[in-house]
Amino acid sequence: MANAEEFKKTVDVNAKKIIKGIVAVVVIILIASAFYVVQTENVGLILRFGKYSKTTLPGLHIKIPLIDKVYQVPVERQMKEEFGFRTTRAGVTSQHVRNYTSESMMLTGDLNVIVLEWIIQYRAEDPYNFLFRVRSPQVTLRDMSEAVMREVVGDRTLDEVLTVGREEVAMRVREQLQELCDEYQNGIRIKQVIMQNVNPPDAVKASFNEVNQAQQDREKFINQARAEYNRVIPKAKGQAQQTIQEAEGYASVRVNGAMGDVARFNAVLKEYEKAPEITEKRIYLETMNRVLPRVEQKFIIDEEGGGVLPS
Amino acid sequence: MKNKKLLIIALLVVVILIVASMSLFILNETKQSVVTRFGKPIRTITEPGLHLKVPLIETIHIFDKRFLEWRGDPSQVTTKDKRYIWVDTYARWHITDPLLFYKRLRDERGAMSRIDDVIDGETRTTIARHNLIELVRITNRDATVDPILDIDSSQLESIEYGRRGISKKILEASTERVQDLGIEILDFRIKRLNYVDEVQATVFERMISERKRIADQYRSEGQGEASRISGERQRELQRIQSEARRTAQEIMGRADAKAASVYS
Repeated sequence: MANAEEFKKTVDVNAKKIIKGIVAVVVIILIASAFYVVQTENVGLILRFGKYSKTTLPGLHIKIPLIDKVYQVPVERQMKEEFGFRTTRAGVTSQHVRNYTSESMMLTGDLNVIVLEWIIQYRAEDPYNFLFRVRSPQVTLRDMSEAVMREVVGDRTLDEVLTVGREEVAMRVREQLQELCDEYQNGIRIKQVIMQNVNPPDAVKASFNEVNQAQQDREKFINQARAEYNRVIPKAKGQAQQTIQEAEGYASVRVNGAMGDVARFNAVLKEYEKAPEITEKRIYLETMNRVLPRVEQKFIIDEEGGGVLPS
Repeated sequence: MKNKKLLIIALLVVVILIVASMSLFILNETKQSVVTRFGKPIRTITEPGLHLKVPLIETIHIFDKRFLEWRGDPSQVTTKDKRYIWVDTYARWHITDPLLFYKRLRDERGAMSRIDDVIDGETRTTIARHNLIELVRITNRDATVDPILDIDSSQLESIEYGRRGISKKILEASTERVQDLGIEILDFRIKRLNYVDEVQATVFERMISERKRIADQYRSEGQGEASRISGERQRELQRIQSEARRTAQEIMGRADAKAASVYS
């Protein structure tokens, strides 16, 4: 009997200890769960009995245990969705997988097919709407983005999207996607739409390259012809100048020669007219002086002596 | 004695907790609910917070309050101009009247299958009534011509309704058919649209031949321009040479005449 009494006592003591222990643990858990930390890039949304009560900024905060629930939303983080490819390992040299043709293949306004990869960067700007207005906002954003991109591309020709229209497409998609986000009130702000690869489908790529080749051929043909032109024409122009200058030279010789001759003749004529006989004689002698030394055989014949041949 | 008192208090606390947990419920910010009494709908609650119900007798059925996603099954359809295409659609919807929703559709799965039927059907019939171009374009803007690629690449065909117009038609028709189900379809859009494989092959062929034509045009343009320049070169050459000869002759002739006049 004494044994039983003792046993009961020890049980009582033990039970008290256990209960105290349990109470202590519960209290510690409750106190610990009253504190929470909002990370730098997040804000915390407090739901009290399931109803939104307030938003808290990064730092240490207190809440009512069991009653308040905290949802953290990364409002400062730039989030990203990739279309037509996935980055499998980001880093200095990122690795990509590109076999999402159903995502990237679309029709252009001229009913051709184009393959387009792009990125959407966005932020959850309104954490309340982001959490509570739309279920699975990321999935929704992907659907919206694909639909909008196809609308914009569908209004342009293949060549426009491939060349001049690239930037414009990105801009339009950003605008229209933002409009749609506002309409859905999903709290998302579209920061950037970036076009990655824009290509014709693989099956027709070769023919597109051929067009580039042909474009270069065209330039080549034209440049060759221009080069030939530039090689020949300036030379011909120089030669023409030469011909003309030579003619001018000939003209100077001709005119100056004639004028010189005449001046000389006139000068002599003046003296002749003053004393014709003397001058005549002098001219005769001068001429003989000049002529005779050049004659090899000279026959001097008397003026009055009959003919040359013996009579 | 003391122990007995403690035991009674503990039991009381437990009972109170059980009763409270059975008669109180928390409705989250994203949820709405219908309260039924033995299966009979009594009231709907859309306000988040702590709410009361009669334990054991009342049951609550919780539904989502947010915009919910719906994705169509990609399906092959034919347009009015007999083009075979794959169309992939999506829509957003939400539960507007939880009571009606509970009565007509029971749960989300029921709603999804009903929306499948309605939208897929409307999509099919509406697309069959329009040409492909109406599904692709949204406005009647003119294509800008590339200054480098200065070739009138295929012009854009004009449209009457456009993709948005057709989406709107499908949305309106579908909305009408689900309005007595306690749900509302907010937005319907064509997400993807592609040719079926066989058609795609012929489209690719057409694209290739189109590029070939452009390439040929470029080459022929280049050759034409080259010929023109070469002709211009010939003409210039002959003009320069003949003009020089003529001028030279004129100069020499004038000089000869002057000389003759000086002598006489």
